[in-house]
Amino acid sequence: MSSFTPTRKNRRALIWDKAATGSFYALGAAVLLFIFWLLYTILSKGLPGINLQFLTKLPEEIDVGGGIGPVLFNSFYILILSLIISIPIGLGAGIYMAEYAPKNKFTEGLRICVETLSSVPSIVFGMLGLAIFAEYFDIGLTILGGAVSLAFLNLPTLARVTEEAVRAVPIELRNASYALGTTKFQTIRTVILPVSLHAIVTGICLVAGRAFGESAVIILTAGLSTSGEMWDFNLFSPGETLAVHLWYVHSEAIVEDAKQIADKSAAVLVFVVLFLNLLFRVPLWFNNRKLKK
Amino acid sequence: MSTPVHDLPAQKGTLLQTPVQQSSRWKRGRGSRVRFTNGLFKYYFLFSILALCLVLALVIFFIGKTAILTFKDISLAQFFLSFDWTPEEGKFGAASFIVNTISLTALTLLFAVPISIGMAILIAEIAPKWLKSFIRPILDLLVGIPSVVYGYLGLTVLIPIIRTLSGENLGDGLLAASLVLTIMILPTVSRISDDAISAVPKKYREAAYALGSTRLQVIMKVVLPAAARGIAAAIILGMTRAIGETMAVVMVIGNTAQLATSLFSPTSVLTSNIVMQISNVEFDSTWNYALHMMAFLLLVISFGLIMIIRLISRKRGDVA
Repeated sequence: MSSFTPTRKNRRALIWDKAATGSFYALGAAVLLFIFWLLYTILSKGLPGINLQFLTKLPEEIDVGGGIGPVLFNSFYILILSLIISIPIGLGAGIYMAEYAPKNKFTEGLRICVETLSSVPSIVFGMLGLAIFAEYFDIGLTILGGAVSLAFLNLPTLARVTEEAVRAVPIELRNASYALGTTKFQTIRTVILPVSLHAIVTGICLVAGRAFGESAVIILTAGLSTSGEMWDFNLFSPGETLAVHLWYVHSEAIVEDAKQIADKSAAVLVFVVLFLNLLFRVPLWFNNRKLKK
Repeated sequence: MSTPVHDLPAQKGTLLQTPVQQSSRWKRGRGSRVRFTNGLFKYYFLFSILALCLVLALVIFFIGKTAILTFKDISLAQFFLSFDWTPEEGKFGAASFIVNTISLTALTLLFAVPISIGMAILIAEIAPKWLKSFIRPILDLLVGIPSVVYGYLGLTVLIPIIRTLSGENLGDGLLAASLVLTIMILPTVSRISDDAISAVPKKYREAAYALGSTRLQVIMKVVLPAAARGIAAAIILGMTRAIGETMAVVMVIGNTAQLATSLFSPTSVLTSNIVMQISNVEFDSTWNYALHMMAFLLLVISFGLIMIIRLISRKRGDVA
C-alpha cells in the first residue's frame, strides 16, 4: 500500500466516485421526501373525514352526505375474482417459461407473446371486455366482465414476476433436489416455490394493488353504476369500483360535496392499497421464520 | 420416504428381505403417482402459457376485426395523416393523437429514466442494508397507488402549481401529463432495474474491484452493462405504462382533439380520446371503428417497441 502513489487519473476517479455517491444519495433523499409528501397530501386530506357511515352508505346522486359502500364492496369483489382467475394461470405460465421451456423458436414466440401482452394498454383490455361481454355475449356491463378483463390484465405481469423469481433460484438447490431422486414437479413444489415465494408474493402484491385501483378496464366493462344494494354478490349486476367512483364523482357528479367525497375516496383507495401490501407480507414473515429455523 | 428409515432399526437383523421388498413395492405405487403428477403439471404449466397466448390472440382478433372496418368508410391516408378529428362531420384524422402520444411518452421517459436508474443504483449498489430495506418497500407501495389517485392529485395539486409558475390560465397539457406519468412509472422502472442490478453476480463486482476500480467505475463499466437486459425490460414496462395509461392522463391533459403546440396547450392522446368517447358511440358506427383502430394502433406501437428493445438487449447480450 505504501509504495502506491496515485496518479492524476486515479485521483480524478476517486473524486468522481465521491461526487457520484453524493449525488445518488441526494437523488434518493429528494425522491423519498417527495413520496412522503405525496402520501401525506392524499391521506391528510381524506382520512380525517372518514367514518363507518361513509364506508357503508350508498352513494347519493343529489343530496350531500353520500357514502361509498357498494363501490368499495365491488372493488374487493372484482379484485378477488380476478385474482382467483389469474393467479393459477399466471404462476403456471411463469413456471413454464422458467423451468420447462426449451430453447427454441417456439419458446421465443411464447416470450414475445408474454411481453406483448404485458405491454397491451389497460384500456385495450377494457375494449376487449366490452367486445366480448357487452357485444358478443350481450350481457351488458357486469362484475363478471370486469373481473375477467382485469384477470387478463394481471396475467402477463404475474407470469413475468413468477418467471423472474423462479429463475433467481440458484441452480445448486435444484441439483441438490434432483440428486435426492425427485421429479421435476417435486423439485418445483418443495424447493423452487418456497425459495422464490418472497419474490412471487411481492409480485402478487404489485398486481393486486394495480388491479384494485385499475379504472380504465372497469369503466368499460363493469360500468359507471352499481345495483344500488350493499353485498350484491350477483355476478351479472353492474360493478362500479371505488377507483371509477373517484373519477365519476370528480368529473360527472353533481352533488355539492363531490370534492370531499373525492378526497375521501382517494384516501380510502391509498389506505387499502397500503393495507393490501401489509396483508400480503404477513404470511412471508412466518415463512421466513420457518426457513430460518 | 421416511418410513423405511424408521422401519429399519425395528427389524434389523431379523428379516432383511422383507423391508426391501416392501420398500420396492411402495416405491412402485408412489412412483407412478409421482410420475403422473409430474406429467400432469407439466401439461398444466404448458396450458397456462398457451392460455396467455390465447388472451393475446383474443385481443388482436376482437380489436382488429372491428378496427379494420374503419377503412370501409375513410381512407388510410385520412386516418393517419389528417389532423382533423371531427367525428360529428365524419372526419376521423388521428394523426394529432398519434403525435401527441409519442411526444408525451418521450417527455415522460426524459424525466423518468435518469431518476429511476439513479434510484435503482442507489438501492442496489450504494445504500447500506438498512436503507435498502427502507426504500424498497416504499417504492413497492408507490407502485400500488391507483392511477386515478395520481390523476386526481395532478388535477388538484400539480395543475394549480403549473398555473402559477407558468402564468398560463389552464395548465392542462403535455407537461402536466408527463409529470404525473413520471411519478407513476418511476417506482416500476426503478424497482425492476434494481432487481436486475441486484441479480448481477457478486463475482463480477469483486473482479472489477480487484483490478482497482472505484465504485463508480464498477457500476458504470461492469454492473450496468451486465444488468442492461433487465434495465431495458424495466424501461419497456415503464413505457408500456406511459403509453397505455389512461385515467391519470385523461384527468390532466385537457381532452381537446388538437395537436399539442406547446407544453401547456390542452390536447388529447390515443388512450384519453378512446376512454372519453367510446361509451357514447354506437357499436356499428365509423366513430366506434375509428376508436378501435386507435386501440389497435396502440397495440401495434407497443408491439413495435418491444421488438426494438428485444433487438437492443440481444445485441448487448452478445457483446458481454
